[in-house]
Amino acid sequence: MQVPAPFEYARATSVRDVLELLERHGPESHVIAGGHSLLPMMKLRLARPEWLIDINDVVELRHIAEDGDVLRVGALARHADLLASEVVGRLFPLVHDAEKVIADPVVRNRGTIGGSLGQADPAEDLTTVCDVLRAQVVIAGPSGERVVDMADFHRGPYETACEQNELITEVRFPIRARSGSAYEKVERRVGDWAVGAAGAALQMADDGTIADAAIGLTALGLEGLATDAAAVLVGQRPSEGLVAEAGRLAAEASSPVEDQRGPVDYKRHLADELTRRVLRRALDRAGATAVQGG
Amino acid sequence: MHVTMTVNGTEVTRNVEPRLLLVHFLRETLGLTGTHWGCDTSNCGTCVVLVDGEPVKSCTALAAMTAGHEVRTVEGMADGGTLDPVQQGFMEAHGLQCGFCTPGMMLTARALLDREPDPDEATIREAISGQICRCTGYATIVRSIQWAAAHPAAAPSEQEVTA
Ligand SMILES: Cc1cc2nc3c(=O)[nH]c(=O)nc-3n(C[C@H](O)[C@H](O)[C@H](O)COP(=O)(O)OP(=O)(O)OC[C@H]3O[C@@H](n4cnc5c(N)ncnc54)[C@H](O)[C@@H]3O)c2cc1C
Ligand code: FES
Ligand code: FES
Repeated sequence: MQVPAPFEYARATSVRDVLELLERHGPESHVIAGGHSLLPMMKLRLARPEWLIDINDVVELRHIAEDGDVLRVGALARHADLLASEVVGRLFPLVHDAEKVIADPVVRNRGTIGGSLGQADPAEDLTTVCDVLRAQVVIAGPSGERVVDMADFHRGPYETACEQNELITEVRFPIRARSGSAYEKVERRVGDWAVGAAGAALQMADDGTIADAAIGLTALGLEGLATDAAAVLVGQRPSEGLVAEAGRLAAEASSPVEDQRGPVDYKRHLADELTRRVLRRALDRAGATAVQGG
Repeated sequence: MHVTMTVNGTEVTRNVEPRLLLVHFLRETLGLTGTHWGCDTSNCGTCVVLVDGEPVKSCTALAAMTAGHEVRTVEGMADGGTLDPVQQGFMEAHGLQCGFCTPGMMLTARALLDREPDPDEATIREAISGQICRCTGYATIVRSIQWAAAHPAAAPSEQEVTA
């Protein structure tokens, strides 16, 4: 029987409340949201917080709201909320692509976007989604609020720019005209973590060329974006040759490790193939002229 | 710490350690052993109960976090002698063999039908995809849920029929 080590528990009802509790109980206090990453780690004693600050009652963190040219998503929005949101699916179809294959429907009832980003597991899907959408993370702390680009949010596996005495409150997604996005994951069985996954977001220029591109990989040993792969697309007219070149460069940028989910060459093949697939689908969704072939 | 929650319509208050998982609170503290406990790693779904009407893996929730909420376990499905249509469906369509996965499957089915009274097969399969059955191959579970969807009013139980 797996049982977490003893800890003290407190429930917060506002952001200010969370920050005060984290400050009062010191470095071994941690917030718990859905608990679907933290509790399993506590049961295995890989995490041993002395205090858990439960943020599930902080209702101000639950919103999903279109606000001018950004979509604001509260840190407590659950996977199920994102999947059920019409506005999310319309503006950022890759979020729905990803959410359909994150864990299973019961886990998705609990896991949150804030917890996903806070966990920063290299196999976690929403980090790649936020990377390619060039999202910003709003972090509240003792000295106020700061807004951090995803590129600066990364600090390596299981580490982020959000310090122990801080709280992720919101994720902001810039809304861009003539854009398209897609995400695809290969998993061994339904509900499992990725063997590998890729995400892409594109914006088209009026003349039918690609104005901006972002490509990211999950569980394939790439932190942040595949910049070389994206760079070959920009300013070009979509073609199957271009897509193939981006796939090749994304695979080159990956550095997967062998584990029970597969060997290195297979995972590198996935980086290439999945990048091509998400690019074709993102182009299609952005309304680009159909890509020829394959 | 004291936790108070509603379990199957009755308010309960118990003094527990903050680290007590909901599954053990239900099984050991309250003696409601209908909720099963399997993998302990959030994967099998036999521990699923409804919290505020939504399926949740109770091995991955703290009793403390559930305080103030409404929990429904398999013991709370039947209304007196009248089985829930989902329970009746599992009988009619042989939705179980060993019965280990059954409480979690039935509660997920209940939540699905509350939300979507007439789901197609793909929707049913998706809803139970976080739960593992080692016996049935799922076909009879899907048929059981379809039976329940087709018979939304609880059928009289055998007891009542013979009484
Ligand atoms: C069986 C299973 C399968 C899964 N499969 C996948 C999968 O395929 N893909 C995937 O991406 N994920 C998967 N997950 C993970 C799931 O999505 C988690 O729920 C999610 O990663 C963490 O969200 P949470 O709200 O549960 O976080 P918690 O477990 O509550 O917290 C995780 C970490 O983030 C911190 N944290 C939480 N909220 C905040 C905040 N607002 N500000 C700062 N720090 C915060 C916590 O202190 C903790 O360190 C799976 C989980 C399970 C149990
Ligand atoms: S015991 Fe909870 S999911 Fe298996
Ligand atoms: S009936 Fe035996 S595990 Fe499902």
